[in-house]
Amino acid sequence: MGKQVQQLDRVIIRFAGDSGDGMQLTGDRFTQETATFGNDLSTLPNFPAEIRAPAGTLPGVSSFQVHFADHDILTPGDAPDVLVAMNPAALQANLDDLPRGADVIVNTDEFTRRNLAKVGYETNPVEDGSLDAYQVHALPLTSMTVKALDGHEISKKDAERAKNMFALGLLSWLYARPAEGTLDFLQAKFARHPEIMKANVTAFQAGWNFGETTEAFSVQYEVMPATLPAGTYRNITGNTALAYGLIAASQLSGLPLFLGSYPITPASDILHELAKRKPFGVRTFQAEDEIAGIGAALGAAFGGALGVTTTSGPGMTLKGETISLAAAVELPLVICDVQRAGPSTGMPTKTEQADLLQALFGRSGECPLPVIASATPADCFDTAIEATRIALKYRTPVILLSDGYLANGSEPWRLPDVAGLPDLRVAFAQQGEAPFQPYRRDPRTLARPWAIPGTAGLEHRISGIERANGSGNISYDADNHERMVRLRQAKVDGIAHDIPPVKVDDPDGDARLLVLGWGSTYGSIGAAVRRVRLGGGKVAQAHLRHLSPFPANLGDVLSGYEKVLVPEINLGQLTLLLRGLSLADVIPYNRVRGQPFHAADLVYVIQEMISHV
Amino acid sequence: MSEAEHDQRPASLRLVPSTEERLAAKDFKTDQDVRWCPGCGDYAILAAFQAFMPELDVPRENVVVISGIGCSSRFPHYMDTYGFHSIHGRAPAIATGLAVSRPDLSVWVITGDGDGLSIGGNHLIHALRRNVNIKILLFNNRIYGLTKGQYSPTSEQGKITKSTPFGSIDAPFNPVSLALGADATFVARSVDSDRKHLTGVLRAAADHEGAAFIEIYQNCPIFNDDAFAPLKEPASRDDRLVRLQHGEPVRFGAGRTKGLRFSAQGSLEVVEVPGSAAPDDPVSRGTLVHDVQRDDPSYAFALSRLDSEGFSHTPIGVFRKVERPSYDALMATQIELAKAGQGIDDLGTLLASGDTWQIG
Repeated sequence: MGKQVQQLDRVIIRFAGDSGDGMQLTGDRFTQETATFGNDLSTLPNFPAEIRAPAGTLPGVSSFQVHFADHDILTPGDAPDVLVAMNPAALQANLDDLPRGADVIVNTDEFTRRNLAKVGYETNPVEDGSLDAYQVHALPLTSMTVKALDGHEISKKDAERAKNMFALGLLSWLYARPAEGTLDFLQAKFARHPEIMKANVTAFQAGWNFGETTEAFSVQYEVMPATLPAGTYRNITGNTALAYGLIAASQLSGLPLFLGSYPITPASDILHELAKRKPFGVRTFQAEDEIAGIGAALGAAFGGALGVTTTSGPGMTLKGETISLAAAVELPLVICDVQRAGPSTGMPTKTEQADLLQALFGRSGECPLPVIASATPADCFDTAIEATRIALKYRTPVILLSDGYLANGSEPWRLPDVAGLPDLRVAFAQQGEAPFQPYRRDPRTLARPWAIPGTAGLEHRISGIERANGSGNISYDADNHERMVRLRQAKVDGIAHDIPPVKVDDPDGDARLLVLGWGSTYGSIGAAVRRVRLGGGKVAQAHLRHLSPFPANLGDVLSGYEKVLVPEINLGQLTLLLRGLSLADVIPYNRVRGQPFHAADLVYVIQEMISHV
Repeated sequence: MSEAEHDQRPASLRLVPSTEERLAAKDFKTDQDVRWCPGCGDYAILAAFQAFMPELDVPRENVVVISGIGCSSRFPHYMDTYGFHSIHGRAPAIATGLAVSRPDLSVWVITGDGDGLSIGGNHLIHALRRNVNIKILLFNNRIYGLTKGQYSPTSEQGKITKSTPFGSIDAPFNPVSLALGADATFVARSVDSDRKHLTGVLRAAADHEGAAFIEIYQNCPIFNDDAFAPLKEPASRDDRLVRLQHGEPVRFGAGRTKGLRFSAQGSLEVVEVPGSAAPDDPVSRGTLVHDVQRDDPSYAFALSRLDSEGFSHTPIGVFRKVERPSYDALMATQIELAKAGQGIDDLGTLLASGDTWQIG
């Protein structure tokens, strides 16, 4: 409409407001519009554990960052190009992350003397010149919304609450996002409250129209769709992908899915998603506690179901004894730990990678288990299938590590061809020669038979007390115990030959520094490595999905480099393991801020190291 | 068993296959040496249980016995069925997962006063309130046996044990009261030494759809010998044991001349009723006729409170048996309805649900 259109290759927007301002919804809608438009994207929701901290305070600030581009991107971005601050607290909490020159859209209606005082502003930063380094757009978003809704039969409070849709409409215009999806969404969401629905639609359109006509924005931006591999795409969070992966695993194995779980942030959405999926025959059991959640899953596995439990760090600790029982009775079980900042309650809504050693060693006795980790939100789908594959084939509990960033973050996902997913079918034991030997092992996998109740002639007892190899009867025999301890270790170690070797990305093959990561740092490390290479730096990159056992070639890979940099959102847990594996020069880089790495920090560290090798 | 006979089975067993084979107690014995102490009450319970099993008419492979940790929890090793000797206190949780996913199994939980009421108390009360179709046998010997003699959550106050050399200061649980408080739909009590009574209670529990809780007084000859002696000695037992029979007036005492009546304060009191008095006789009026089907658990609770530490009056038998759909049945119904409904049940459709877009 006569406004200048400027092309950008990528943009990072952060919506920030009070917990009650609807920032997660706003960000989510903007993301869906962006996904539908065909940009590549990555998101970072960031919210407090408190449901509604006192209004207008710093602890109540909730934000949602979305990074979108006309090319493939790996992270939600370090620093926003645009901050939408719905109140002074949101401005103050996020200002430090803004680069000079960034756009700041502030809702001036909330910049009252009282709200300013709540966060310690003595003067109004919008007026006192302290924001001179930024492009400030001071807009009375609340009163413009209320005015636009004049004539709607809703309360003033409901009218004010629609301000997030006004802001969304404005931003949607500013970045030329398609609006149909949001309008459809509002119609469905508020179908039972037509007045509220109309008000939100009107607010959204008013925001859009305001952008188009106001002189406050002279330029409309355009970020063209990204060229991604051909296929059908959708946007997906890690928790949804993980839930879908479990349903897929159930279908691929032909085993009914049983989830035993206790609500815990940030894992609960997996329970919520699976609870909806009863048409697939999924049984979800919200247990009385974490221990009962895994206990019921193990009971279901004894009966021939695909037993799964989902939790976060503190829940993992409680489940430890039952995990060791599952290892002792050698039944398949999938344990998903969506890690969060710890120890103890820690920061439930913030991410961390500090449960790695707990996953590997947090049990009594010698209790080795396969451990794998998801690298991206969409990868949670594939890793759920991989965890199930290993659990079923080797009759062992498997720990799948996700984290808060993957759980709530999202990215476009190219839908897999269902027919191309792996066959996970297993054969239950059938009556053979008597007496039945519940601990007679497959010589190749060392897995024992899975003999489920209801099978005549295979009646047997399993127990957490040490069992005689073969018969499974209680045994305190010294030689048998040593044999069993070593067999359980050998069974897990053997999986190394059943997983792909670690793949190194070393374009010219002459890098002397390897950056090795695991889990959700995949995106930040990848983004940093790209930037270093653009600047001419030589660096190799590899990422681990399998953490126990490691891929068989890992030791050789490490010793092929002069230095190995291991960035982790913990204090060096993988580094510790690698130093036990290899004499390579492994150097940790660790941050534990409850946030994903900033790629810029990693670029700096990598460049520093390159200059020293 | 014919199809018609099978359909006559109680709801708790209707989804469990029946067997043509004539089974005997010996069919349920394993080749494992039973390793309880000589004189342990567990032997009598095991013998009664094995002898009762054929009555179920369920094939051995469809019976599962799940236990936790403790002397009683060795039980599955001696039962030639499927068995799972698990970890301390967690058997009700494991049994819940199995029963919910396998309605074709008859699932039994064996636990003790430490396993079920201390470390596993939470799982026990939640399994009971949910009414999962599992049968829970709690062997109460009022002591920790396997760890060699510490007081348990049912030990009487003042008890001298290794861990309470000055006497226990813990107030004990009454397991029947606890189960009733958790709104269990089937609550009973029996005694290890009374095989006939115990078998009757097992039968009633097996027939009950949903969670059944049976407290069994069990003697530990090593660490708490004769804990239940007043209920077993011929001289005292008739005065103390109150045998509950559904639909019958509650009568006990040597000449069966004692009855129970609600006092003005709402608790139960013992009253003398001449042995010759008929139920409609004025002297019987107001005394209890036992009714296990009262929906309000306060009646059964009042009965459970008769049992003081000294066993002045100890009811045994079924306290409560009311009908409520089992958790497993409710879940199965939800899944059947969902499968028959319009929801997505195809993997490809599920993955492509929500907003999608095409590239290329």
